[in-house]
Amino acid sequence: MPQLSRRRLLAASVPALGGAAAALHSAVPHSHPWHAEAEAAASGHEHGGHAGHEGHASFRDGRTVDHRANGFDPHEILRDFDWGTTSQLPSGRVLREWELVAAEKEIEVAPGVKYAAWTYNGRVPGPTLRCREGERLRIRFVNGSSHPHTIHFHGIHPAEMDGVPGLGAGEIAPGASTVYEFDAQPAGLHLYHCHVRPLAEHIAKGLYGAFIVDPKDGRADADEMVMVMNGFDTNFDRSNEVYAANSIGFAYLDKPIVAKRNELVRIYLVNVLEYDLINSFHLHGNLFDYFPTGTGRTPSEFTDTVMLCQGQRGILEWRFRHAGKFMFHAHQSEFTELGWQGFFEVVD
Amino acid sequence: MEARTATERDVGPDRTGRLPAWLLGLVPLLLIVVAIGSFAALGGPGLGERRGPPAEELAVEKTVLKPGTIELTVRNDGPDAVAIAQAQVNDAFVQFSGAEQPIGRLESATVRLQQPWIEGEAYEVALVTSSGGTIAHEIPVAVETPAADLSFFGLMALLGIYVGVIPVALGMLWLPWIRRIPPAWLRGVMALTVGLLAFLAIDATLEGFELAGAGSQAFGGAALVLVGAAVAFLALTGISGWLEQRRRAARAAGASGGHLALLVAVGIGLHNLGEGVAIGSAYSAGALALGAFLVVGFALHNTTEGLAIVAPIAHLRPTLGRLALLGLIAGAPAVLGAWIGAAAFNSSVAAFLFGFGAGAIVQVIVQLAPSLRDGEGRTLHPVAVTGLLAGMALMFATGLLVSV
Repeated sequence: MPQLSRRRLLAASVPALGGAAAALHSAVPHSHPWHAEAEAAASGHEHGGHAGHEGHASFRDGRTVDHRANGFDPHEILRDFDWGTTSQLPSGRVLREWELVAAEKEIEVAPGVKYAAWTYNGRVPGPTLRCREGERLRIRFVNGSSHPHTIHFHGIHPAEMDGVPGLGAGEIAPGASTVYEFDAQPAGLHLYHCHVRPLAEHIAKGLYGAFIVDPKDGRADADEMVMVMNGFDTNFDRSNEVYAANSIGFAYLDKPIVAKRNELVRIYLVNVLEYDLINSFHLHGNLFDYFPTGTGRTPSEFTDTVMLCQGQRGILEWRFRHAGKFMFHAHQSEFTELGWQGFFEVVD
Repeated sequence: MEARTATERDVGPDRTGRLPAWLLGLVPLLLIVVAIGSFAALGGPGLGERRGPPAEELAVEKTVLKPGTIELTVRNDGPDAVAIAQAQVNDAFVQFSGAEQPIGRLESATVRLQQPWIEGEAYEVALVTSSGGTIAHEIPVAVETPAADLSFFGLMALLGIYVGVIPVALGMLWLPWIRRIPPAWLRGVMALTVGLLAFLAIDATLEGFELAGAGSQAFGGAALVLVGAAVAFLALTGISGWLEQRRRAARAAGASGGHLALLVAVGIGLHNLGEGVAIGSAYSAGALALGAFLVVGFALHNTTEGLAIVAPIAHLRPTLGRLALLGLIAGAPAVLGAWIGAAAFNSSVAAFLFGFGAGAIVQVIVQLAPSLRDGEGRTLHPVAVTGLLAGMALMFATGLLVSV
């Protein structure tokens, strides 16, 4: 017994006496009029139809972040593929070029919650770089922030183009720049991120993005989307306060992603989530073909749930058989209710 | 010679003699006001910009659980305003109302979270601030907070009577026995009383510190306990001196046993007030399970308080009414405390009250000390030391009963 605290000791004593008196208070029936209360509270705060999402977890009063102030909208990021600019090399090959600028930027990661993010080109995730297998890629990197950064690409490239400290250009100092140049290979879904220590911090603050190499013969026409699964540790306790696909939690719940019935849907799914061992994607009411890393042409699985560790990614393909609203979310309930959930709204 | 003249010229009364004394007293005060005013008006010249992010601190002062909702009353005890942007319960965002505006320094706000909590389970609430910080609050065991209605106050009164009034009254039944024992024994009983009180003072102080640590620090935290103790000690010393003066004027007599008994009763009463607050708040927070064993334990524990009241009046013949009054003064505050604790618990106030009770008891010990003296004028004679130790041991042992 650490301390002579009678009050504390009382707490541990056996509930026996008090018969009628105690019964009056502790034996209150526990049917929860929660739904009624929730609805009452929600209706009191209704702003434009969003209020608690009829029982789904959501931000306060269904409020949304200011996408305009953030400079990016998850709904735009979803179908925004950055093909860069192309030119012809003397050999006849295509040279594809991008410029990525690292900059510090305060973004609203949940309504009313500001986070000092580190960004590539002012957005989190950074631009989805897309090219074709065999092209020559040239990425000029300008470090406009006050910390050293790099871009480390996944894929096949020479060691000095790996974007890690001590190799090639190594760490790019604030104000400095470099050029990463390599061939686009192999075809598949990859990613890029900063590789400066402390690594967790440099990644978690927002320096990452998807990197798609299309096969030479392309892929079947589809409604293509990119989802970078991430989260933000807003209080720096090395666990995330908010989770999402494409940074803003509940964004696709507030406003569902519209898809067409029977049209092929292709999702480029990348997990960059820091501080949690795994992440996952689960689709309601449908199953999808899963192509790990997008490098093969035959699906590894026909499923509705895939699990990915950090850096793991894959391509999902399916056709909605029914019109209506179908949820998708991480199948870690904690991540789901901390933001990583949304709806597809399937129309004819 | 020359030096003396100079001193007289500088300090002598002639230079300020024309100004009234009150004005001279006021001048530094006015200068302070002017200095602070201009410092604030100029925005603290020379201090530069504030460094670092805002310090966001919220202390949860009250938790109320009703079916489907968790209500937290928070107080900002940090230097900066805090805006609550989002709320999570057990790692899930939840809907809530309240705290629409940033909470300023020392201001409080109540947030009402929608959570279908289940009785007996643990919950962790995290209030997410505008800077992404989280204010975590743990609810170790979820139990519905009793509504503060008439039957609830009745229950609290019953509890106060069980743990305060009845045990004290029972303890006072030792009076006939005390009357018959020889003076040396009586000194031993008085020493026992002092030992009991010393234990209570220590217990109350520790309890006060614990409460102070749990609540908002803006109002002084642990310092409140000591301030409370000092206030009680000084106030009771003053009252005691005043009573003595009055008595002397009336009867030209020394400190009587009745006077001492009253002081002991007041001191114990103040202690029981704090005790009642703790019990009431623990009950309303669901941290206190009412049990027969608990009440029996308290009865044994607090019975010794009754003994402390009657020891000083062993040689008197107080009326039954006067005895009842003393018992009520010592015991009834537990009822009042239970009401305060259950209805309007504030850990800062509770910490202050515990300190207040401790200070009162220390004052009572000071008052009782002379009655321990034996024929040779010694205070810490073997009988007294035995009594003191026995008193502390008794409180410790009966305290353990309550603790099981």
